Amino acid sequence: MLDRPHHTTADIIARCEALFSDLSFTAAREWKAAEPGRIVVGFLPYYAPRELVHAAGGLPLGIFGGGDQLEVIHGDAYYQSYICRIPRSTIELGVSGRLDFVDGMMFPSICDVIRNLSGMWKLMFPSKGARYIDLPHNFDDDLGGEFYVSELRETCEWLSSLTGKPITSDAIRASIAVFNDNRRLVRALYQLRADEPWNVPSAELYLLLRAGMVIPVEEHNQMLADYLAAVRLQQRPIKDNSRVVICGMFCEQPPLNLIKSIELSGCYIVDDDFILVTRWENSDVALDGDPLQSLARAYLHDSKSTPPKYEPDEAKKGLYLVDSVRKNRAEGVIFAMTSFCDPGLLERPMLQAVLKSHGIPQIAFKYAENSGQMQPIREQAGTFADSIKLWSGA
Amino acid sequence: MTVIVGPKTKPPEAIKDASMARQKQMVNAHYDRLASAKERGEKVAATFVPGNLNELLMCFDMVNNLPEVNAIQNGLRRQSGGYVMEAEKLGHSEDVCTYVKSDIGMMAKGNIGPNGKPLPDPDVLLLSYTGCFTFMKWFELLRRQYKCETIMFQTPYLADGRITKDMISYMVKQLRQDVIPKLERISGVKFDIDRLREYLRKSAKAEDDHVWVLQSAKHKPSPIDAYFGGIYYIGPIFGAFRGTDDAIEYYKFLRSEVEQRIAQGKGPVTPDGDMGQERYRLVVEGPPNYTNFRQFWKMFYDEGAVVVASSYTKVGGTYDYGFRHDPDRPLESLAEYCLNVYTNRNLPMRVDMLENYINEYEADGLLINSIKSCNSFSAGQLLMMREVEKRTGKPAAFIETDLVDPRYFSAANVKNRLESYFQMIEQKRAGFRGAA
Ligand code: SF4
Ligand code: SF4
Repeated sequence: MLDRPHHTTADIIARCEALFSDLSFTAAREWKAAEPGRIVVGFLPYYAPRELVHAAGGLPLGIFGGGDQLEVIHGDAYYQSYICRIPRSTIELGVSGRLDFVDGMMFPSICDVIRNLSGMWKLMFPSKGARYIDLPHNFDDDLGGEFYVSELRETCEWLSSLTGKPITSDAIRASIAVFNDNRRLVRALYQLRADEPWNVPSAELYLLLRAGMVIPVEEHNQMLADYLAAVRLQQRPIKDNSRVVICGMFCEQPPLNLIKSIELSGCYIVDDDFILVTRWENSDVALDGDPLQSLARAYLHDSKSTPPKYEPDEAKKGLYLVDSVRKNRAEGVIFAMTSFCDPGLLERPMLQAVLKSHGIPQIAFKYAENSGQMQPIREQAGTFADSIKLWSGA
Repeated sequence: MTVIVGPKTKPPEAIKDASMARQKQMVNAHYDRLASAKERGEKVAATFVPGNLNELLMCFDMVNNLPEVNAIQNGLRRQSGGYVMEAEKLGHSEDVCTYVKSDIGMMAKGNIGPNGKPLPDPDVLLLSYTGCFTFMKWFELLRRQYKCETIMFQTPYLADGRITKDMISYMVKQLRQDVIPKLERISGVKFDIDRLREYLRKSAKAEDDHVWVLQSAKHKPSPIDAYFGGIYYIGPIFGAFRGTDDAIEYYKFLRSEVEQRIAQGKGPVTPDGDMGQERYRLVVEGPPNYTNFRQFWKMFYDEGAVVVASSYTKVGGTYDYGFRHDPDRPLESLAEYCLNVYTNRNLPMRVDMLENYINEYEADGLLINSIKSCNSFSAGQLLMMREVEKRTGKPAAFIETDLVDPRYFSAANVKNRLESYFQMIEQKRAGFRGAA
């Protein structure tokens, strides 16, 4: 009886779903209200140095758009038609007061839309801090590394201005350690899904990661540990699905139904670029030495390759996807890019060419966070899954 | 009455003043130089307009090829539509920047430059990553084709509206440790900082006259159109001529031409000759449309609308805000140049700039030409419009077109919008007179 987890996977996922659909961020509001002086700092998808917010005694809160549940009324007045959905639903969250409790916002330099959104935020919500996190595209420690350390240092100063307290190196180290635990647990979750995708449905994995965006990391660590323990106690039926890697969901989020539809159509997702911030670093961040240097080094030398990042070495372009296919024994790649997404759509032809040269099957479609019609996607993914089976049988 | 225009009917030749003719010669000479670069043993560097390091490239005897300018030239010559579609056939998304697709389509069709001669393959892609994300992916795409080295030169974004010491130090270090050594290796020419200083000195001289010309629009009537005419005026300084005697000469000549126009009380020259009475003074934000450039411009001058200031003429440098290339701080000055280009400035800075232009140039309002496929400019423009309107009390309007994809230029729509905008200005004036 001692090994029995406290929760079943269904309990845990039910909690995640509640957090996911709560666009008022009640959990984060309650966390903030529980102790005076606490701050909550929002960040946009992709990447943010969450450790620094944590070290400042704050809660880093992932703002991942409005999904398909939010009716965008005001946000549409800020954007013309040819722009992806996420900035308008983020504006909607802001204008509708849902982010009124947030003390500041961090905008990663993922693309021109988010870049300009950071300025919009400054104009629209001047009382809330807005911090643009400029990320290096030069991966030398001496160049991009030094620049990134200075960005991180400025971010610390900015956070200190929100709390009125300086951030110590020891506090950053302690936060790195907690996030290392988180990264380890997330890696374990990914490994388990790659090994037994029937036991870790991707919609559950996604919800688990999303939950981590809105609750304290310590709580999320416990949640992940509980889920991993609970999942080991159950066996779900194995299906004759094809194993695929998904690429393109690094910023605007897919509707949950889209992930479910892909799996329902006969595909097991064995790797993806969901919520990259949770496993940006491939391994632990070093705990010795200057913590800002450690974070910078991890960024430069041990982080995920992804469309919004520059690849200095042409010979390595896109190989991360090939590696993922090999490592996770996938049979094909599904490019699911956000409509109007520059980084994703400009990158796609290059990645497709690399996969082609490695003989890896692929399909591509576009989505938006509020895409409702799943039938065409299900059909496309289903046909893809079938054709993979045919090829691999030949 | 329907006028049937036969396929052989040519539009009437545009009227050009002497400076335009001179510039055309310069551009043609540059394309010829590019086309024959390899024969003369010259190396070619492809690089972008915003943040272009022409003076530095000249230190390595390199010729500069600007893919955006090729796309513009192809747009003006109505070649770009076919190229864009060609790129889409090759798998490029309909959603992305049409400059990229025009460039890739042109490459797929043999890389014939606007002068009808093949463009040489670049020896290096100098990825000056300033204020537009597309640049990065564009050169990654070209790198696959040309198999040549790509140098990433990253410019930090002015997110907080200021240049910090760390930004300059990052950029200068990149130049010293990465960009310059690589250019030395690729070109086989040793870097000589005094040569760079000399070019920068020349740049600053041309920049002075360039700014004088742009600011001449403060006169009433404005002797220039700072958007449609402006794209001619920025050509040499934004392109391959900064740092040369040619640029100095051109701007001196242009200045004297404008001085004469002011003395004669003339408005700007248009493709149909001198503009009639100046009725509306506008500030324009966003790039123009190139596939229907003349038609677009005509919608303005037919109504007596002149653009007195535009943000587009600042994409290759915000010289009117005081920046000059500085021979005494050569590398720092290159860094500052890149940091200051318009799209590298954050949205609040852009709004401030437009507000200032409306006030300083005594404009009647702001017009935004929002480019469908350019997020760098366009994302956030509706808020900018509202902010400027709020701060200046002057009416603003918003139109949507594309740069070089003719499928997204709807003449009737644009014309309607402009007409109602001019009416709005009239009403505002009448209201003002009524209130006075
Ligand atoms: S979905 Fe793509 S284009 Fe839109 S904000 Fe995200 S990264 Fe930028
Ligand atoms: S600034 Fe706009 S038009 Fe120029 S390359 Fe970038 S996206 Fe394209």
